[in-house]
Amino acid sequence: MSEMPPPIDPQLFRLAADGSPILLAGRDRDTGRIAFPPPADNERFETIALPRHGRLWSWTIQRFRPKSPPYAGPEAFEPYAVGYVALGDTIIIEGRLTGAALDGYRIDMPMELVAIAFTMADGSTRTTFAFAPGAGGGQ
Amino acid sequence: MTDVFIIGAGIHPFGRTPERTGLQQGVYAVRQALAEAGLDWRDMQFAYGGSDAAGKADTMVSELGLTGIQFINVANGCATGGSAMFGAYATIKSGEFDLGIAIGFDKHPRGAFDPKPAEWGLPDWYGETGLMLTTQFFAMKIQRYMATYGITSETLAAVAEKAYANGVLTDHAWRREAVDAETILNATMVSDPLTKFMFCAPAEGAVALIFASEKRARQLGLPTVRLRAAAVRSRPPGSFEVFAPALDITRGPSPTVIASRAAYEMAGVAPEDIQVAQLQDTESGAEIMHMAENGFCADGDQQAWIAEGRTRIDGRLPVNTDGGCLACGEPIGASGLRQVYENYRQLTGQAGARQVPGSPRLGYSHVYGAPGVSAVAIVER
Repeated sequence: MSEMPPPIDPQLFRLAADGSPILLAGRDRDTGRIAFPPPADNERFETIALPRHGRLWSWTIQRFRPKSPPYAGPEAFEPYAVGYVALGDTIIIEGRLTGAALDGYRIDMPMELVAIAFTMADGSTRTTFAFAPGAGGGQ
Repeated sequence: MTDVFIIGAGIHPFGRTPERTGLQQGVYAVRQALAEAGLDWRDMQFAYGGSDAAGKADTMVSELGLTGIQFINVANGCATGGSAMFGAYATIKSGEFDLGIAIGFDKHPRGAFDPKPAEWGLPDWYGETGLMLTTQFFAMKIQRYMATYGITSETLAAVAEKAYANGVLTDHAWRREAVDAETILNATMVSDPLTKFMFCAPAEGAVALIFASEKRARQLGLPTVRLRAAAVRSRPPGSFEVFAPALDITRGPSPTVIASRAAYEMAGVAPEDIQVAQLQDTESGAEIMHMAENGFCADGDQQAWIAEGRTRIDGRLPVNTDGGCLACGEPIGASGLRQVYENYRQLTGQAGARQVPGSPRLGYSHVYGAPGVSAVAIVER
């Protein structure tokens, strides 16, 4: 497998030995509440790895190019899918959706975490996380 | 403690007015409210005012008069107008002053809002990768709601069709042409399931409301409504809000639900007592969900309510009688006060072609916005 471009944010995820991404979150040491993105306060929050499988909680299609800033994608625009995925009994995470046609997403379908290359407006690339239809739910 | 009355109201037409700044539109609304009430700027003992993106309200004194007035700027995002009104409410209720004004105005550039992640306490990647859009939030909230409670796209279209029909009848509305449900459904998809005609657009406008104590209101002898409740609430745990990279797995109520309950309790009335309601309709689905979040119906009942026309001007609970944000556009700092302006017109029988029949006595208004704030007001004739 080819070298992955640098992560869009180094605090967000790490890559497992097989190259698959592992999303990081913070668990409140007192209440057990899970927070994402992982808060910087390491005294209050312990860093945990989130489950890699879940179910699609909701979704939509972004059909116009978002304004820049903050959007850093290329000038040429292709509509993309975004959604929230419930990862077992931990947390519901928002991310890009990939791996299906734009009309191919349904609430409750099984999803899995994947790494994708994100092209910036200057042509460089970063690795970010996304969810793709996959096996199993709630793992 | 005295009761609080609204004794006058002014509005600068919503939409786009290239020849006036947002501040100038605010001044216009103040002058109209004062003229209608037969009052002078010198009579105002206090002012609360604000905009989200169009400048500092208190600089209006250069145009309105250097009276030394206690003028407090309010900057509370989508609840700016609601917060200004709460300030006026509390100021009069406490007895500190007995006559004053609340002003909300705004002027936004065309197109979707372009928030900066750092200003919202969010990491840059959230904006960079194209996740930080209010349109996505509203689309995903209604998408799940539709799947859970059996709401159809036709119902989304019916809400927008009603908004534009009401806009035709409203002097201060921006969109004043009817759009039929089929056109709405077949328009360009912006963020599934919402088409272009189901979303409001950032716009311009201004509203001013004059507040008085009961004694002062009686002396002045103007058409009045009593402000029975004014509540602003931020988000509770587990709510689903704009700009949320993640949601708690244990779901909770929305800020609207808790603001609504607080307002009903303050006013001592129940949802079934309300005869006209202005509900945040950033998009068609928001109006539908907010009908339930504000206690007017059970989740899912909106499908039947809307099919039966219950929220039309001639229905049992008219909703967004001036066309709401869909027909008026969304100047963030002004929208909350526009809703109260509309209820003032409706309850005092001054709503013209869009007048709700049967002389309504109780009006309800609700504004919602980022990052999870709701303001509710209940007024009574």
